[in-house]
Amino acid sequence: MDIPGHTLQRDKKGVKARLKNFAASVPLIGWFLGFMGAVLVEYFLGDLISYYLGLPKIPVLFGFLTVLKRPLLIPGTVGYLLVVYGLPILIISKFLQKPANKLAGFLAKGPVTIAALVHLGLFYAALHLWADLSDYRLLVLKLTMIAIMLTLSINVINGYMGEFSCSHPGFMALGAYTASTITLLLFANDKQFGDALLPEALGPYLFPLVLIAGGIAAALGALVIAVPSFRTRGDYLAIISLAFLFIVKSLIENLEFVGGPRGMSSQPHYSTLPMVFIVMVLCIWIINNFVRSTMGKALNAVRDNELAAESMTVNTRKTKIITFMFGAFWAGVAGGLFAHVLRYVNPGSFGIQRLAEILAMVYFGGLNSVTGSIVGAVSINILSEALRPLEIYKWIIIPLLLILVMLFRPTGLIAFTEFKPKELMKPRQKSLEG
Amino acid sequence: MDLFLQNIVNGLQWGSFYALIALGYSMVYSILMLFNFAHGDVFMVGSYIGFGVATALLGFVALTGIPLPGWLILILTILFSMFFTSFVGMFIERVGYRPLRDAPRASAAITGLMIGIILETGNLAILGARRLRFPQLVESATYQFGGVYVTNKKILIVGVSLGLMFLLHRFIQKTKWGMAMRAMSFDFQVVPLMGVSINKIAPLTFAIGSALASAAGILYGLAYPVLDPYMGILLGWKAFVAAILGGRGSILGAALAGFLLGFIEIFVAWIFPSTLRDVIAYSIILLILTFRPHGFFGQAHSTQLRL
Repeated sequence: MDIPGHTLQRDKKGVKARLKNFAASVPLIGWFLGFMGAVLVEYFLGDLISYYLGLPKIPVLFGFLTVLKRPLLIPGTVGYLLVVYGLPILIISKFLQKPANKLAGFLAKGPVTIAALVHLGLFYAALHLWADLSDYRLLVLKLTMIAIMLTLSINVINGYMGEFSCSHPGFMALGAYTASTITLLLFANDKQFGDALLPEALGPYLFPLVLIAGGIAAALGALVIAVPSFRTRGDYLAIISLAFLFIVKSLIENLEFVGGPRGMSSQPHYSTLPMVFIVMVLCIWIINNFVRSTMGKALNAVRDNELAAESMTVNTRKTKIITFMFGAFWAGVAGGLFAHVLRYVNPGSFGIQRLAEILAMVYFGGLNSVTGSIVGAVSINILSEALRPLEIYKWIIIPLLLILVMLFRPTGLIAFTEFKPKELMKPRQKSLEG
Repeated sequence: MDLFLQNIVNGLQWGSFYALIALGYSMVYSILMLFNFAHGDVFMVGSYIGFGVATALLGFVALTGIPLPGWLILILTILFSMFFTSFVGMFIERVGYRPLRDAPRASAAITGLMIGIILETGNLAILGARRLRFPQLVESATYQFGGVYVTNKKILIVGVSLGLMFLLHRFIQKTKWGMAMRAMSFDFQVVPLMGVSINKIAPLTFAIGSALASAAGILYGLAYPVLDPYMGILLGWKAFVAAILGGRGSILGAALAGFLLGFIEIFVAWIFPSTLRDVIAYSIILLILTFRPHGFFGQAHSTQLRL
């Protein structure tokens, strides 16, 4: 006898399992190729498709903005997402599954660096095309990348080291102001500092050095906090770093030569997408290596039991100070990029509000995890852009979401995992491995 | 000399807000070893509740024609809004802190922070962006002692906050509940085994802290009558600094540090250009903490992060 419901259920399960199987058998490079295909479809056919689906223009941020503003366009937007993103990604990753696996297997034999470069190159090309369609996308993309850097760098302190630091906006401000001052002084003709001291053409090439200078300024600021606060354990850092945040903000407001409360503007346009992308990749790579090094292991030991770590020959004080400065350095670099993305900074953008945002991203994504930081930064950033049409209700929905995450996964979504690029890039079919 | 005394009076007034708010931080910290980052916004909510109660009472007077004197309305306002705001505190404990008692401590701090944001935005969504004027319940009068001018509001603010602190002190030292709270702050993992329920003590702590914050909110509304949804942020974080400065978990320390912070801010603004207030005030605090890492009355103990 046939029981229709039974077969139906099995069918459903079958589809789900097949999708799962399929997803597990496509290597990372296959997904990247699919994404590339989707972006190409959008790039060349986007206008046409959106015209036939009755949309006024290409949905900028996966249709969130359109849907929230004009609910009548929901079917069109969903259709657009399916046609432009869903289908190409599925089809390409399906048809290129075998070659992609072969390619991944080939890359896995060579050095990791080359494999990583190929993956990143492909990913960057897709992102570049994706962002090419609108300036808004470009801005969101850059800010998301900067948020990833900030989240990672605070995860080193709050997650891997297990302290509660509140001064990240302060470090960011130090980096932003140092970098802006240098570029405005050296490479730009502006009202604040007069004519450029160096030829303007040099600017983009020396910009990495400027960013490093910003990072060093932030790291020196961190030293000021670290020396007194790591003498005792506990919540001491929370308060000192908070006081530091107030001091930095107020100091900048009082320094007339960097514009005081009015801030600095007209920074040269150095934070291009490739620049931000390269710095972000470097940041992920270096931080990932740092937390997996002996130093990183020592750091976890200090967090879990300082006394035991000390007796195992870990120099706890040195470890903590270096780590704190390291985290601050990357926050400073991110701040420098931030200033040159918006091309305007004022002390108001580095206050308590920004602190809440950064803390939200790191605790949402997950402590002690590079993957978690990336996920947290991307999701909170995209969410807060996507929910923009809801105006202030956005700031009820995002905190509620975060509270729910905290209640059900108190350490964040993806916590305590290691980020292994080699694992990510390996081929996904058993026969092709090795 | 007159200016000096005048600034002492101003510092007392400004410090009593910090002290009242810092008490809430400190009490929660002493019992649960957690920061309640929503506390600054509880202060804001308390102020708004006070506004609502005062408006309702004034409306009642206007409607019925029963001539209630201003001071009675003020006392009723303070009492009613302390009562109502304590439920806000208990709600925060129930939703954000009780489920996370065994989680990493930072998680509870984040829920607190997020509840704070929800309170701010919720207020903005319900009442809109207009700023409300706190009703003036008492006629202002100025007295002159030598060259020092003291308004009756200043006396009222300092008096009420000192009175509340005294009551809190008596409550904690003399009552059975206070004894339970003291025991809990000694060791919140063992004391529940002795029959003191942490599920009663923790809400009580949050309720008392929130009630004090509400009183601070009303007094603040008397002195600076314009209310806005974000008024709790800066005041709250600064009071948090005061709570730590006083020694983590020390009630007396929190009150003293609150007043000290008020004095420092007022005097810095008097001696230096007022825009430098935060730089110098917080540098002084950094210095104090460098030499006395545990605050004024804190004990030297290390806390292990429960990660």
